Amino acid sequence: MNKSVAVAGNSGPKVRSDCEMILEIRSAGGIEIDLTSRVRALYGESIKTLCLAILKFFNIENVHLKITDSGALPFVISARLEAAVKQLTETGKEYIPEMISQNSYSATRERFRFTRLYLPGNTPGFMINAGLYSADGIILDFEDSVAPEKKDESRYLVRNALRQVNFYGAERMVRINQGERGLDDLDFIIPHNVNLILIPKCETAETVKAVENRIEEIRKQYKIESEVFLMPVIETALGIENAFEIARSCGSVVGMAIGLEDFTADIGVPRTVEGNESFYARSRLVVAAKAAGIQPIDSVFSDIGDMDGLRATVLASKAMGFEGMGCIHPRQISVIRKGFAPGVAEIEKSKDIVWAFESARSNGLGVVALGSKMIDAPVVSRAQKTLELAERLGLLKSNWRNEDRGQ
Amino acid sequence: MATKTVINAAGRSVPLEINGQAVIPFKGVGKHRPEGTKFAPPVPSCSDYPEDGNKLITSLEEALKKCGLADGMTISTHHHLRDGDLVSNKIFEIASAMGIKDLVWFPSASFPCNDPLIKYLDDGTINRIEGSMNGPLGRYVSEGKMKGTAILRSHGGRVQAIQDGDVMIDIAVLAAPSSDTFGNAKGTGGSSACGVIGYAKADYLYASKVIVVTDNLVDFPCIPMEIEGIYVDYVVVVDKIGLPEKIVSGTTRITKSPDRLLIAELTASFLDRSGILKDGVTMQAGAGGTSLAIAVFVHEKLKDKGWKASFGFGGSTKYMVKMLEDGQMGYILDAQVFDLDSVRSLETNVTHVPYPVFNAYNYHSKGNLTSMMDIMILGATEVDLNFNGNVVTHSDGYLLHGIGGWQNCLHARNVILPIPLFRDRIPVIVDEVTTLCGPGELIDVIITERGIAINPLRKDLIDSVKGSGLPVKTIKELKDEAERICGKPQKPVFDDRIVAAVKWVDGTIIDVIRKLKTD
Repeated sequence: MNKSVAVAGNSGPKVRSDCEMILEIRSAGGIEIDLTSRVRALYGESIKTLCLAILKFFNIENVHLKITDSGALPFVISARLEAAVKQLTETGKEYIPEMISQNSYSATRERFRFTRLYLPGNTPGFMINAGLYSADGIILDFEDSVAPEKKDESRYLVRNALRQVNFYGAERMVRINQGERGLDDLDFIIPHNVNLILIPKCETAETVKAVENRIEEIRKQYKIESEVFLMPVIETALGIENAFEIARSCGSVVGMAIGLEDFTADIGVPRTVEGNESFYARSRLVVAAKAAGIQPIDSVFSDIGDMDGLRATVLASKAMGFEGMGCIHPRQISVIRKGFAPGVAEIEKSKDIVWAFESARSNGLGVVALGSKMIDAPVVSRAQKTLELAERLGLLKSNWRNEDRGQ
Repeated sequence: MATKTVINAAGRSVPLEINGQAVIPFKGVGKHRPEGTKFAPPVPSCSDYPEDGNKLITSLEEALKKCGLADGMTISTHHHLRDGDLVSNKIFEIASAMGIKDLVWFPSASFPCNDPLIKYLDDGTINRIEGSMNGPLGRYVSEGKMKGTAILRSHGGRVQAIQDGDVMIDIAVLAAPSSDTFGNAKGTGGSSACGVIGYAKADYLYASKVIVVTDNLVDFPCIPMEIEGIYVDYVVVVDKIGLPEKIVSGTTRITKSPDRLLIAELTASFLDRSGILKDGVTMQAGAGGTSLAIAVFVHEKLKDKGWKASFGFGGSTKYMVKMLEDGQMGYILDAQVFDLDSVRSLETNVTHVPYPVFNAYNYHSKGNLTSMMDIMILGATEVDLNFNGNVVTHSDGYLLHGIGGWQNCLHARNVILPIPLFRDRIPVIVDEVTTLCGPGELIDVIITERGIAINPLRKDLIDSVKGSGLPVKTIKELKDEAERICGKPQKPVFDDRIVAAVKWVDGTIIDVIRKLKTD
């Protein structure tokens, strides 16, 4: 590496919770830090102390560091400085912040994935409160929302966010890049308790297998026990044609999503609100996913101002068999969640089924019947899930069993 | 000049004298008992005023001269023209040209449009400001550049200071969107309509001299008479008293920030599950984006349950007007108007009536409106572990906001502060507030995006939400969470010099602001 000046991060009048590092390696003169910060009076010293510790960690002794800070949290400051350092020096070392205890949870295959909030992987301001909106999943995105020249630095930021930001129980997801870069992205994140990887523009089962193999290597190397699930995103005509093979390519695939902006571009038509142009593709994806026993997930709704349009789209989507939708703004989460939520009739029917199942069991009966109908185990399990969801969504009190059953 | 200081009842070191006047240290909430009688202005005589009632004077300069403008006088203005005010700065421009020195500006609030006054503070025309100081003016004070010591009062405290004679107004210069030649004036009509001009009430009743400045002269009588001509000395007509687009917002908007909406939603849930929200509830919420969102949620809940708020105290906004017009609110009592829908409502709805802070907020009254309110939604720059609140300085020590009605409103039954846990890395919940503006015993609930803290003094509220599923935490837990995320902040370093004093609602000194040490 023969560069002597590196730049990482962002600054500017509209930038919040981020910082820009301009790092210049010198041959002598020690460490000089030039700090401009809106929180200087409160955190000036702690910012400098952190940067000195990082420079020492990387054995950098002569340097001029210009920091323009707009209230970046420590995990952001260290990600930005590490990204700058790595542009100038070859080193295998990583300056890894502590993993907060709240972040060590794992996910399950069958958990709900109704709402998954996309977050651009190089914009720390959106990450800090993302877990508070109660989305089922948080997607830290390396792909379309990160500019090509920012792709490298976003890896350090996302890695640090996975360790330091409390996502309050949301499934921790990362959308990697396409191709080789995507596989390399995995090295930065898999060791830090990622629950699920989204594979963009997936067209073949081989792509999924390549991702799974790389993850297995990393899991072995770091002795990671918790599972890492996969969700391929189908965004092309070829991907749709191969949907079923993709869906059952590996055991870790738990869901399959469709990306309609790219899909409509691929088939050469504009995307419409009615969606006739993608009806076949969406149906095919739903059927392929259901055939493979995984969750079909619908495309994002891109007009964040149009809540009525979103509501209608969610209902249509649920009616087609989809089990979730991506969210590009926190305001979409509650609309989507409510849309996929069970209706009143569905909840009542589930209550009857679970009630019948539980009374049969407590009476020592092996067979469950509701009226004249026999009830299979999966039906009971689905009803239980519906009620669990209804409880989680506040549509049903957890003590519903104590309610007076009038009939 | 060394000032003698004592420790007041809130544990703050405060002086016994400010700007050459003796002051009383804070004694505790409700502890200070005023003595004597209220202040009264000089007795006028009709023989000094035109019999035809025409008090028109050719220019503001002429009027100020006739009022005897002189060094050291106190000049008051109201803030109803908000950031569109063209009158206040003009006064000091005239005074400076006349070579007048050491004036005291006593506004009911200042706005960014008043930043040009810094040059009259620099040239000695103005000695000090007794009122709110925002932005560059606040910075100027914090850096110790103002000659006198600033005094910060709440809206009610300003009325108290005038009525008790703590501040004697020599000349009140009152901008009025409509006036007749006798000086009867109101806040509606003309191109600078601001709705109401109730903040001018104490000024016109108690000032030695009163000048009404208007750009909309109407035939006698100008009704309703928010300012009564029998108290007015001179009327001046100018081209423009204000910039309409900066006087009221065309429309106020609820916040689009998902973080704030989350806090607003949590606040609405708290009001609902704690039982504070009920039929006949009384409430006040400001014009900030979060408060408006709360008002909308409250409206929906009232509607769902078929309940009605008995009255709301404005700052009115279109959201409050909608409640009124939908039948979810009995009356709007209005101290100031924030948007055009509210101006319209004030002019058309008989249940939307002006209600000056003069009648609502002064602690030295025979009771006041704030203690009758069930729901009071307020903000703060900092809250500490004892629930003490700060609204005037930021954690970096800079004076950047006025008190507004905040202190007065603390007397409501349920004082609720929906605030983010941190703003751009700066924690809002701290060990000890930088400046004490409101004692913790009056602050009941802090609602952040990461949890709700209820003042331990409010056992009733704590019990009311047990088992509700709301994320109730201790304030210490919230503070620790903020510090885990942001890191523990350093403390700003201050000089000994006092640059501003914060008065409590009863006129005692609750805290002071010292000059910042700058590097």
